[in-house]
Amino acid sequence: MADAARETSARETSARETWITGVGIVSCLGEGPEVHWRRLSEPPPLPEMQAYAPHMVHTLAPVEFDKQIPKKGDQRQMEAWQRIGTYAAGLALDSAGAKGKAELLARMDMIVAAGGGERDEKVDSAIMSGMARAANPEAFLNEHLMSDLRPTLFLAQLSNLLAGNISIVHGVTGSSRTFMGEEQSGVDAVRIAHARIEAGQSDIALVGGAHNGERHDLLMLYGFGGHVLTDGFAPVWERAARGGGMVIASLGAFLVLEAREHALARDAKPLARLSAVLADRSNRKGDSTGDGTKATLTRMWSTLAPQLSSGHTAVISGASGAEPATAAERAFLATVPDVPVRATGTYIGHAFEPQFPMNIALATLALGHDKLFSPGDSSGVERAMAGSVEQIVVTSVGHWRGEGMALLRAVR
Amino acid sequence: MASSPKETTVGAPVAVTGIGVVTSLGTGIADNWRKLTAGQSGIRRISRFPTDALRTTIAGTVDFVPVEPFCSTTLAERLADLVAEEAITQASIGAKGDFPGPLFLAVAPVEIEWSHREAVAAELRSNDAVTYNDLLRVITSGRFHDFHQRCLFGSVGEHLADRFGTKGSPISLSTACASGATAIQLGVEAIRRGETEVALCIGTDGSVNQEAFIRFSLLSALSTSNEVPEKAAKPFSKNRDGFVMAEGAAALVLESLEHAKARGAKILGVIEGCGEMADSFHRTRSSPDGKPIIGCIRNAIADAGLTPDDIDYINPHGTGTSENDKMEYLGVAGVLGERSKSVPVSSNKSMIGHTLSAAGAVEAVFTLLTLEHQRLPPTINYEIPDPAIPLDVVPNVARDGKVRHALSNSFGFGGQNVSLVLGREPA
Repeated sequence: MADAARETSARETSARETWITGVGIVSCLGEGPEVHWRRLSEPPPLPEMQAYAPHMVHTLAPVEFDKQIPKKGDQRQMEAWQRIGTYAAGLALDSAGAKGKAELLARMDMIVAAGGGERDEKVDSAIMSGMARAANPEAFLNEHLMSDLRPTLFLAQLSNLLAGNISIVHGVTGSSRTFMGEEQSGVDAVRIAHARIEAGQSDIALVGGAHNGERHDLLMLYGFGGHVLTDGFAPVWERAARGGGMVIASLGAFLVLEAREHALARDAKPLARLSAVLADRSNRKGDSTGDGTKATLTRMWSTLAPQLSSGHTAVISGASGAEPATAAERAFLATVPDVPVRATGTYIGHAFEPQFPMNIALATLALGHDKLFSPGDSSGVERAMAGSVEQIVVTSVGHWRGEGMALLRAVR
Repeated sequence: MASSPKETTVGAPVAVTGIGVVTSLGTGIADNWRKLTAGQSGIRRISRFPTDALRTTIAGTVDFVPVEPFCSTTLAERLADLVAEEAITQASIGAKGDFPGPLFLAVAPVEIEWSHREAVAAELRSNDAVTYNDLLRVITSGRFHDFHQRCLFGSVGEHLADRFGTKGSPISLSTACASGATAIQLGVEAIRRGETEVALCIGTDGSVNQEAFIRFSLLSALSTSNEVPEKAAKPFSKNRDGFVMAEGAAALVLESLEHAKARGAKILGVIEGCGEMADSFHRTRSSPDGKPIIGCIRNAIADAGLTPDDIDYINPHGTGTSENDKMEYLGVAGVLGERSKSVPVSSNKSMIGHTLSAAGAVEAVFTLLTLEHQRLPPTINYEIPDPAIPLDVVPNVARDGKVRHALSNSFGFGGQNVSLVLGREPA
């Protein structure tokens, strides 16, 4: 948003500094910072190719949910996306040194970026099969929903019940808000959490999301729009020739954002400084070329540019492979040719709501190691970075709407 | 942390300069307020789909806004259009299609509905068993391209941003049945931190489709008093037996007081304070000690710079479920003490049912009207008082009342608690 961008930059001098003091991440690469850092410099892993053929999915690496969700009863009340998210939230709280600290958790704010829960595919299939033959299809639907739906499935489907489970399992109760709306909900969540801390409306916030990509109904949802990659894997920048497409993923990512003075007072260490978060919306109706998206990215970048130091800035891109969004981002990136780029979607796939928080978490890893990980494709978009990395701009271009950027800086 | 540059604006009242509403009672502020204060019910027998095999056959549907074939998200979108139009027109702000601030939208989680699944399955023209893999094969035709955006969570917000020209990234949110109040809270916060002078906050819900309806029914949350639909919603009564699912929407144009005054806008009322506190006890039940609800209400009153003694009317969540009304009484009594016996508490849901994601916004609008007209809408169907809930519920008939500061509560599954304090324009 042009207005918000101006506001953010105008307030920069007087606003409270925001640190990232915790990250919790789990994806197809594994769980936690170390394994993600290591595997981002190895060749990209292949997604699961068989189970959803001709589609493919980046499935979650094996996770011992007991480690963050000790009660089996809690696990049973959740579907996969909620278990992934509650697990990642626990990792983030551990990382921030906040786990189990009741007083701190009771005033910790929370914004979750969420989609919705799983379907019972067996029930759906049985009903679809029966409805076609039923004398009164609508009555048939009533009867079978009444008898075949598990009552608790509803609670696993409600978008805000990931936040609800985090409150129950980890005790985060200062506030609880859930934003919806695919990729952009992750951008909005981080932006609002950050803006509240800058303005003194919040001291510490848990923000992030989770996604279970191992669902046929989601392949259908995104398939309706023709956005799902089929017939063989390729890095995100190399999919355009085939018309583009996303590889849907399972992953969870949470961040703990904290006012600098609040972190210092409790002796928490910064993983990075979150200097700016921008959320914008180009009107994509009728924009088949992605020119509007490119213009929006250019405008957002221009508000960050005065803060960027030449030679020590990199971009971690949330490019999904969907078109024309990915082409628009690529065209924008070509206008800042000196800035090295990495699209993590090649490695971890695309998971919509938590993708932006995940990429912010991955940016903290690079800043912590003072270098960028290796290029992940051979299209020419990603090139080696020689020097140290001081600043990272994380991008998000939603597959159908919404643009976002975050600026992270190393805290040395 | 006391060093914020914006500290002086935290807790500042925010003006409301435009409101719009649609419920099962009708469209628009005037019609709704007239019927609400006449004690009319909008609850009716469901005609949208057959009710064979259902335990509950009544709802507060908005049938006068036609959607064919029915799609809950499309209805929610049309209701949001109506209320936004009314609120922006009243606020007389911006140019047509150019609203000068961001959108905060409370909307039910969007999903692929049965009408969509059926349409795709029909394409198979098969009498064999149907699986998602079969559906995946037929959608490659591109024939169902429109279903993509329709079934995305951001679709209603994106449409509204387009139509009304709101600025920036439209935020769609859910805090379950507290969503409408959260949308207002986000708008208040954005104005207080100086990010914008104006915000459009909307809650909308068109959820009465078979699956959504049955989900609540399976949780035993819905009233089964089907015989006389108008009498089914009985908040705070001893014989209350659940809420009545309903549809509706409301919009509020929020504005910084300075901005509203500078342009000479009519100030309909103010949001004085917002409070929240999540409950970690259970997914659908409140902590038995009532502490999160008490904390939530106290936070809102403190944010308004008031004390519990200043509250002289409560628009409760008041759903009519056994659990909600009992816990809400505990919360109200915990904060107001002895005064809880005398401060009027009347539930709009007795007449309009539970508008779910929209409820917090719809009831904030009705609370503003209560403040404006100094008239308390009743809790209808209050025939058998519950001795365990000794509240003045403004039983059955509206009456005049002196209201300076009103509390509006919203509670939702997932431990969501949000309270707003609303008042009249500061002198």
